[in-house]
Amino acid sequence: MKAKPKADSAAKDSTATSEESLAKPSKPRYRLRLYIAGMTPRSARALANIAEICEQYLKGRYDLQIIDLYQQPVLAAGDQIIAVPTLIKKLPPPLRQLIGDLSDREQVLIGLDLKPKK
Amino acid sequence: MKHDKPKKIRLAPPAAPSLPKAPTGIQGLDEVTGGGLPQGRPTLLCGSPGCGKTLLAMEFLVRGAVNFGEPGVFMAFEENTEELATNFASLGYDLKALVAQKKLVLEFVHIERSEIAETGEYDLEGLFIRLGQKIDSIGAKRVVLDAVEALFSGLSNTAILRAELRRLFCWLKEKGVTAIITGDRGETGLTRHGLEEYVADCVILLDHRVEGQMATRLLRIVKYRGSAHGTREFPFLIDEDGISIVPITSIGLTHEAGTGRVSSGVPRLDTMMGGKGFYRASTVLVSGTAGSGKTSLAASFAHAASARGERCLWLAFEESASQIIRNMRSIGTDLEPAVRRGTLRFHAIRTTACGLEMHLAIMYKLLNQFKPRVVVVDPISDFARLGSNTEVKAMLTRLIDFFKMHQITALFTSLTEGGSVIESTEVGVSSLMDTWLLLRDVENGAERNRILHILKSRGMAHSNQVREFLLTDHGVELREVYVGPSGVLLTGSARGELEAQEGAQALVLEQEIEGKARALEYKRQAMEARIAALRAEFEVEQTEAAKTIGQDHTRASVLAGDRVQMGRLRQADAGATGRRPKQGGPR
Repeated sequence: MKAKPKADSAAKDSTATSEESLAKPSKPRYRLRLYIAGMTPRSARALANIAEICEQYLKGRYDLQIIDLYQQPVLAAGDQIIAVPTLIKKLPPPLRQLIGDLSDREQVLIGLDLKPKK
Repeated sequence: MKHDKPKKIRLAPPAAPSLPKAPTGIQGLDEVTGGGLPQGRPTLLCGSPGCGKTLLAMEFLVRGAVNFGEPGVFMAFEENTEELATNFASLGYDLKALVAQKKLVLEFVHIERSEIAETGEYDLEGLFIRLGQKIDSIGAKRVVLDAVEALFSGLSNTAILRAELRRLFCWLKEKGVTAIITGDRGETGLTRHGLEEYVADCVILLDHRVEGQMATRLLRIVKYRGSAHGTREFPFLIDEDGISIVPITSIGLTHEAGTGRVSSGVPRLDTMMGGKGFYRASTVLVSGTAGSGKTSLAASFAHAASARGERCLWLAFEESASQIIRNMRSIGTDLEPAVRRGTLRFHAIRTTACGLEMHLAIMYKLLNQFKPRVVVVDPISDFARLGSNTEVKAMLTRLIDFFKMHQITALFTSLTEGGSVIESTEVGVSSLMDTWLLLRDVENGAERNRILHILKSRGMAHSNQVREFLLTDHGVELREVYVGPSGVLLTGSARGELEAQEGAQALVLEQEIEGKARALEYKRQAMEARIAALRAEFEVEQTEAAKTIGQDHTRASVLAGDRVQMGRLRQADAGATGRRPKQGGPR
């Protein structure tokens, strides 16, 4: 719905349309998984951080799954979790493990390929 | 089961309120640790790469699961489970089967630096949860964290890692699992990241040393809180049965000295030692120059042992088994039946094949497996090349201690190099030996012959004589030797010649004696004849004399009668006449 006026404007501006159609495949859908261990302040910080980043950068093209290892300990091995909190970027490739409470915004954006590595 | 075999050689008798220990089941390790690793506590196992840490740790788990009913979790940080299963299959461990039986869990912790980004505060609760879940899934009592320091290469915040590892080890203790944490040897400390600071209960160091192009694996217990333990470096062996550690230090001279005897296999030699041979559980050194018959003597000994039905282990360092068998057959000692019966076992290996300690480890292993009553070590002089005299002697001392403790009679041969002092051994071990037989060559009359004498034999009367040592087609024989006119020992054909000569002389002498006896007899007979003749003559004379005496008597009485008559006629005093009858008439 929000995209509609955008599409309308794109129809007006052919350059913009072609740009957008070119850019579309380069904006893939993100599959993210955040592992936490209980609702600690650190877990809460990580949750808040990722929610904010997703809203800001990945609006409408992300799936975020939250896994509390205390509830589902068996899942830890599958994604080779050692530290918590850990955010796993399953898609798009490459696979990344972002360890920590995600407070370092710059590192997170680089890790999620939303910002080029310097 | 291997773990409870050599209980006798316990180094540390368990103290009264002893620390509970988890037996490892690894041959020798339970002896050096006095019963195993501290139960319910973590042990640090460190050493340079490739020195056997992973193997030891895995064997601890496998034996725990199989022998002691304690399931285990192996958490690997470097090898994945597939690699582990393959690597250990070559050692005869079927890890997959153990996993299927829920006795073992293999957990691979994959840390890929390139995939990881650190974005803030974290802890290792994820690892704790994984480990905890695996422990609970099979009720594990044992845990191995293999190469846990790989965490440091994956994560950069060492402050967090250190704190978390400390927490991990405490957590393991709380869980009550017996754990091994392995770590690579660091440049300054025992491990690269100072794990020894956190694991304070027991620290074991493995080493892999190359000396003279030969590698020796060594284990040392650096620390064992609350328990006595062996302090020296123990060599250990990795082979198809896993790890075995040689636990023997000098255990002390406490072995029982028996009075039983063992035949040397050469009857005449037994005679020289009070008629009964060597003492059981004694050590016998046979030293001699090249070709003096050391191995042959050893073969007789082994053959005799095998004939008694005793198991004999022959450690050969110069010849192969079949070569020894062939050579000994030429002197009528057939060892092959004994080998087939299983009473004689050869173990032929070049001394240069491995280091001294490794040799000792291999020998212990063989001895523990085969349990012989009699051992032949042929020769010990070859060991001299593997180390200094002190090292070789130390190694042999430990070997001998083992023999004594297990009541094994051992015969060592030692080659005396030409030109060296004959009453010396290459490695100076003679003082460790109870009996020393010296073999040497003597040369005379264009021959070389072998002679043997007993240089010493502790605790028994033994012959001081030199014997000629003959290798006949029916085994070893000892003969008397002769000392020739100029004090030279006569052996071989010279002895034979002398024996013949002496035989001839004896015959001559016998004949002489007979002749003399006969002559004497003649003399006696002649004498007796003369005695008879004289007696006859005498008898004749006696008869004659008797006759004459009778006539004289008659004449005398006649004369006396005449004088009385005349006196009367001359009016003479009868008395006077009577007093001077012989004066007759004074006229």
